[in-house]
Amino acid sequence: MTPPMAMFVATRLVHLSAVDVVIIGFYFALVLSIGFYLRGRAKTGEDFFMAGREMTAWIAGLSFLSANLGSLELMGWAAAAYQYGILATHWYWIGAIPAMLFLGIVMMPFYYISRTHSVPGYLKLRYGEASRTLSSVSFAFMTVLMSGINMYSMALVMKVVLGWDIHFSIWVSSLTVAIYVALGGLRSAIFNEVLQFILIWAGALLIPILGLVEAGGWSNLKLQIAHNASSEYTHLWSTLGTFNGNPMGIHWTGIVFGLGFVISFGYWTTDFLVVQRVLAAKDLRSAKMAPIIGAAFKMMVPFIVILPGLLALAVLPTKLVGETAAIASGGHSYNEVLPLMLARYCGPGLLGLGVTALIAGFMSGMAGNVSAFTTVWTYDIYRALINKNASDHHYVNMGRWCTVLGVLISVGTAYLVMSFASIMDYVQALFSFFIAPLFGTVLLGMLWKRASPAGGFWGLLAGTLSSIGMWGWVKADHDALRYVALSPNARDMAENMYRALWSWIVCVLVTVAVSYMTKPKPDSELNGLVYGVTAIPHEAEVPLYERPAFWAVVVAAVFVVLNILFW
Amino acid sequence: MHDSGIPIWFFIGVSLLVNGALIVGAGLWEVFHPPVNPVVLFHLHANVWWGAALLISGVIYCFKFAPGRQS
Repeated sequence: MTPPMAMFVATRLVHLSAVDVVIIGFYFALVLSIGFYLRGRAKTGEDFFMAGREMTAWIAGLSFLSANLGSLELMGWAAAAYQYGILATHWYWIGAIPAMLFLGIVMMPFYYISRTHSVPGYLKLRYGEASRTLSSVSFAFMTVLMSGINMYSMALVMKVVLGWDIHFSIWVSSLTVAIYVALGGLRSAIFNEVLQFILIWAGALLIPILGLVEAGGWSNLKLQIAHNASSEYTHLWSTLGTFNGNPMGIHWTGIVFGLGFVISFGYWTTDFLVVQRVLAAKDLRSAKMAPIIGAAFKMMVPFIVILPGLLALAVLPTKLVGETAAIASGGHSYNEVLPLMLARYCGPGLLGLGVTALIAGFMSGMAGNVSAFTTVWTYDIYRALINKNASDHHYVNMGRWCTVLGVLISVGTAYLVMSFASIMDYVQALFSFFIAPLFGTVLLGMLWKRASPAGGFWGLLAGTLSSIGMWGWVKADHDALRYVALSPNARDMAENMYRALWSWIVCVLVTVAVSYMTKPKPDSELNGLVYGVTAIPHEAEVPLYERPAFWAVVVAAVFVVLNILFW
Repeated sequence: MHDSGIPIWFFIGVSLLVNGALIVGAGLWEVFHPPVNPVVLFHLHANVWWGAALLISGVIYCFKFAPGRQS
């Protein structure tokens, strides 16, 4: 869900004072302290991999969001806001909120009641071993590879922003994550993610506040953007009637069906990186509330990500350009917009906190990847395929070593990308191949009891292969874009959305067709897994303000109002 | 997370308190020793009031979620 972060060009953007260095050093000391403190509470598999399933709705919800709120997410979308305007907000609103609410209200009961450890674990229960193996192997390896790519990109950011050595950044940050996750397991990752979430807001919130003061408020900001760029940059929907009518080159159907439905629902409801946090909730109500709390905060993230990009269009004295032009001219690129705004408003102390927010964002994303990888590897690959009958203690030790191994593979990937930059594009594409079809498989599994084990497996495989096929087709023949993305003018993001949509449709059609040709599981084996044969606890006796459905309606109403306000 | 251990909110309180104190300190130093190249809107002294907000939040969290104190 992050736009590509290409190379940075300028030399060191900010200079840290002694107090900034102390703040950054204190952050590292605190996260390690949390890891050491929690090491005694990660003795059983349930403790290490599921945080004891005792997280409150607030902790699970903030962690759920924080695992996604990486630094590259922050910097990449601030850059996208500068480049494409307020359209980038779609990735935070329609590209997240409906899916998060759907996860909380519709899907969470099945994940939670089935007592699964993971999303591949749910596929095992619902469809059988073949589907689990396909999804767990692809997820595990793509997760650590993505983690390595993020690690390299972040080290590059630190080099440009702070002048830090790339090797220093990679090893210090990755070893810190390895230590606190290996010691405290998922509980330590979740604790630190909540801390990192608070630090991200504390470090980044001042930029839009001071930016709005300098710009003279939202109305004046819109006037300045219309003067410096275009009035299209401040409209969410009104420019999406045609592919050529907006800076992103996308049609509203791509945003609604590609992003808002398939990509968003695929990521937020089936990517185990985020779902794992919710599975650690202490009871079903907390598990349902956690994504709703996450959605409420997700709606506010554009204030610290998109708004700084828009403010930069109005207040920065120099125009930011693309990477190639920046290299040629020696100027600044879009990707540097957030550090530039940070340096513009933040003096000693605040600068340290802002940089800490970036580091915290990176580490929360990496810890999320590593803890999800560890669980899927240990439970869905090692225990399922290699060693079925070991003791719980053995699996916990495997989890600890696997955490270190996952970090080392990520570091290896980071160095590989350093040598062969084009690998980054391929791995990011590979990751996207699995998300949309997996959503089709899980959704049908939860809502349609006729979906058979063979249907689930072949649907998932066909959807994934069709996505790879479309990607290869456009790579080999750019004219294929007119078929895959419905327009020769579509840009990369539009292509991703339509490819996801088609692969989801292929997955669903194949699953339905094969299911009708093969034998489904009997109802007795679907209890707790599928709508219609699962008894979901009612909440009639709970006060209205404590019901997840009530808060989901509130969040949905605010979501609709915001979209109308910025239409 | 209020069972036998230290709640996460206490760790957050410590973080806000220490960071707030450091930022307020740096801000006050700048009030009396203005920098040669000040940041934009320097006259608002954001590091003083933002640091103070973090510091006060940190004190409240540390007190409310202190180990052994149920809230």
